[in-house]
Amino acid sequence: MNVLKRIIDAVRGGALGIAELISEGNGIEALEHQLLEVQDNLNLVKHELTEVMAKQMHASREIASLKIAISEKEQEVGAALDRNDEAQALVIAETISVLDKELESEQQVHTIFLGHVSRLRAMVSKTERQIKDYQRQLHMVKTTESLQKASTAIAENYTASKGKMHSARDSLDIIQQRQQRALDLLEAEEELEAQTGHKTLDERLENAGITEATMSANAVLDRIKSSRS
Amino acid sequence: MNLSDLALRITDMASYDGYKLECQPIPGIADVIQITVQGFEELPAFVSFTDAQLLCITNLFLESEVNPDSRGRMLEEMLELNIPMPLSAFSKLGDRFVIFGAMSPHSSLEDICHEIVTLTENAVEAIDALKDYLVPLPVGKGGSR
Repeated sequence: MNVLKRIIDAVRGGALGIAELISEGNGIEALEHQLLEVQDNLNLVKHELTEVMAKQMHASREIASLKIAISEKEQEVGAALDRNDEAQALVIAETISVLDKELESEQQVHTIFLGHVSRLRAMVSKTERQIKDYQRQLHMVKTTESLQKASTAIAENYTASKGKMHSARDSLDIIQQRQQRALDLLEAEEELEAQTGHKTLDERLENAGITEATMSANAVLDRIKSSRS
Repeated sequence: MNLSDLALRITDMASYDGYKLECQPIPGIADVIQITVQGFEELPAFVSFTDAQLLCITNLFLESEVNPDSRGRMLEEMLELNIPMPLSAFSKLGDRFVIFGAMSPHSSLEDICHEIVTLTENAVEAIDALKDYLVPLPVGKGGSR
C-alpha cells in the first residue's frame, strides 16, 4: 500500500493509528528489513554483473584475436596461391575454417553475455530505484514518528505550563506589549540621552561657575600658590 | 550534529544575531528539545531530528480557538500564506495548528538558529494575521504556547 495513504490512515486513526504505523512488523522495522534485503540483493546483482562483464570482455578479446588470426591465415592463403601452391593453400584454408567456427561460437557467447549484461544493468537500476523508494518511505514513516514525539512534547509542555497557559491571542498580546515596552524604553533612553548628554553637562558646569576658562585659570592660580609656599 | 550536541551548542552560544536562545529538555521525551527565543517565551519551538530531516515546530492555536463560522476561509488563507512565508509552513498536529520548518540534518548551527528565530517571528506574524478568525478560549481550555 502507498506509504502516504498508510500515514493518512494512521493520522485519521489518532495516536493509536500512528503507534501501529511505526510499530514493529508494520512500519519502520519492516521497511528497514525490506531495505536491507533489497540492498543485499543489489550487491549480489552487481557482483554477478561484474562477473558477466568480465566474461563478455574476455569473449571480445577472443573475437579480436581470432579475427587477427583469420586475417593472417588469409594472407598466408593468398601468398600460397601466389606461389601456385594450391595444396598448402588448402591446408591453411582448413585451419581458417576451424578458426571461423571458433569465431562464430565466440560471437554467440559474446552475444549471450551482452544480453546478460543488459538484463543485469536493468536489474541494477530497477533495484536502485526500489532502494530509493524504500528510503523515501522509511523517511516518511520516521518523520511521522518524529512528529508524534514532537506532538507529545507540545502536549507535555501544555500540561507542564498549565499555570501560565495562554490562548494564541493572549500570547500575541503579551509579546506585542513586551515589544512595545522595549521600543518605549529605547525611545525614553534616546530622549534622556538627548537631555542629559554632553551639552547639558556643560550647561550644568557653567551654572556652577565651572567653565573651561575658569577651570584652567584656577589650575594656574593653584600651581603658582603651591610654588610660593 | 544530534539533538544533544545542538542543545549544548545553543546553550554555549551567548546570542545569535542579537537574539538569545534558550534550550530546555522535555521531561520524559529524549528525542525533542524546546528552544525559546528571548522575548518570545510564549511561542517555544520544538526541535526533533530524523535521519532525513530536522523539524522545528511552533504551536499556533488550538482547534477550539478557531471560529467555526470562518474556519474554511482561515484554512484557505493559511494555504495561500504557505509559499510567501519564508522558511516555514502551516500544518496541524492533532487538535493544534502549528507552523514548522524542515531542514537538512546536516545544517550548520547558524542555519538552525536562523530557522528558529525566523519560525518564531513567523509564528507571531501568523497569529497576528489570523487573529480575526480566532475566538477567546472558553475558561479552562487554554493552550500552552
